[in-house]
Amino acid sequence: MRGWFLPMAVVFGFVFLYAPIISLVVFSFNESRLVTVWGGFSTRWYGELLRDRQILGSAWISLQVAFFSATLATVIGTLGAFVLTRFSTFTGRLLLTGMITAPLVMPEVITGLSLLLLFVSMELTLGWPAGRGLTTIIIAHTTFCAAFVAVIAQSRLRSMDESLEEAARDLGAGPVRVFFDITLPVIAPALVAGWLLAFTLSLDDLVIASFVSGPGASTLPMVIFSKVRLGVSPDVNALATIIIGFVLVAVVIAGWLMRRAMRDMR
Amino acid sequence: MNALRQSAPWRGTAWALGKLGLSGRSLVIAIPMLWLGVFFLAPFFVLGRISLAEAIIARPPYTPFFDRAADGSLEIIASFENYRFLLEDALYRNAYLSSIRVALVSTIFALLIGYPIAYYIARAPEPKRSILLLMVILPFWTSFLLRVYAWMGFLRSNGVINNMLISLGIIDTPLRMMQTDFAVYIGIVYTYLPFMILPLYANLTKLDGALLEAASDLGASPMVTFFTVTLPLSLPGIVAGSMLVFIPAIGEYVIPALLGGPDTLMIGRVLWDEFFSSRDWPVASAVAIVMLVLVVAPIMWLQSVQNRREER
Repeated sequence: MRGWFLPMAVVFGFVFLYAPIISLVVFSFNESRLVTVWGGFSTRWYGELLRDRQILGSAWISLQVAFFSATLATVIGTLGAFVLTRFSTFTGRLLLTGMITAPLVMPEVITGLSLLLLFVSMELTLGWPAGRGLTTIIIAHTTFCAAFVAVIAQSRLRSMDESLEEAARDLGAGPVRVFFDITLPVIAPALVAGWLLAFTLSLDDLVIASFVSGPGASTLPMVIFSKVRLGVSPDVNALATIIIGFVLVAVVIAGWLMRRAMRDMR
Repeated sequence: MNALRQSAPWRGTAWALGKLGLSGRSLVIAIPMLWLGVFFLAPFFVLGRISLAEAIIARPPYTPFFDRAADGSLEIIASFENYRFLLEDALYRNAYLSSIRVALVSTIFALLIGYPIAYYIARAPEPKRSILLLMVILPFWTSFLLRVYAWMGFLRSNGVINNMLISLGIIDTPLRMMQTDFAVYIGIVYTYLPFMILPLYANLTKLDGALLEAASDLGASPMVTFFTVTLPLSLPGIVAGSMLVFIPAIGEYVIPALLGGPDTLMIGRVLWDEFFSSRDWPVASAVAIVMLVLVVAPIMWLQSVQNRREER
């Protein structure tokens, strides 16, 4: 693995990772409708994107879904992780362990189909949820995102110093107080990471949302997919560039905040 | 918090719940248990039940499970017709087999591309190491769908790769890369490469440098050291990374739908078409149940075995 082979393999790997993304960005500024033939610099596709009500509307739906499901998933995932790491014996422990890890390996088509069938039969027998839309997508996303949050929260709960919690208990704090005053502040950074992961996963999901959504509630990936299925289109390139820009800015800010936090700790 | 806990309503609620045999502890257990029980576990029973129904043109498009018989008693209507149909039609058998093949081939390619990168990053000095690691993770945070879309522009017959090869004079006529199995492999490797690199990297940074020194002191060439020391020690990382690529690849729908051709059979895509195009909910459910038994159950079993081994 020495000599020229390793650096060459690494350069190849990074070219493989980044070349498609870079070409996506470059051709978003292309005048020509033919996405891969350069016809001069232009920002017209950004203009068309901003006038596209369907894309803007679905982006707003996706952001709402992502916000609510990430928040709910963080609550449920954290509770699940807390129960599994701090309560050593209770009825149904094995069941909960299974239910919290299984969504991680469940193919999306199965999760989507089975949840849709649940919603349909619940509507038939209980009358709720009436039709499908925003609520059913949020429920579906919360369920699969909670598993990811639980994994992150569990590893933080296991690695944290439990003597802090013991000390608080010895000093007379009740279990609720210990959780909110000690455990929660200690694991908070992991929960933020979990929330962000859940938010991204929800924003990104096409398959599950397609199964459980109803008329009038198309998420951004659903609209992009129906456009892209017919072939490449330059306004999707413009949209991709905007998303990549957002991610870059977010990563730079997060890196800067982390460095400042590290400096303060010293 | 304290003021709240001493307030009358709080104490009253706690007392009432205690009377009902519900402690705070059992409430905390109940929330995740109920949510996952209703929205994760229960759907599988519904799935199983509808896989035994028959497709009809109605709302909902399947026959009910219970029916009133002529004498007024409840009758259960269930048939294994859908499963027999799956067994008899070669399409489904081929789709299951080719999903496994596609996932396996993609995993091997991801390992071949990912291993050198993980190895290089694990050996790199500090500022460079963090930057490279960030560069591996960064694409993951951008949209998955748009990353697959990027390859459509790359692989098309008038796409970036063909234009480049033609202008360099290497080929005269464009290569057909879109709508092939090759494009599906590229799509899967590209999408899941970070999932391969990260566990490998985590494993390789833990590798004890003294072992490598000892091997070279004893006269082993770098090649021999790699194959007799580094590679066997990184096996847990290889297994973890391969699972993270193989598992999502096997049920993949988006990548074969966008990059694959009409003959690219994958089970996720068959299920999708059965549901959205044929509108046959019971057959789609049967496909899902068979997939659960043949694919998901073995994976979960493998993972629990692996976890138990790690805990030891």
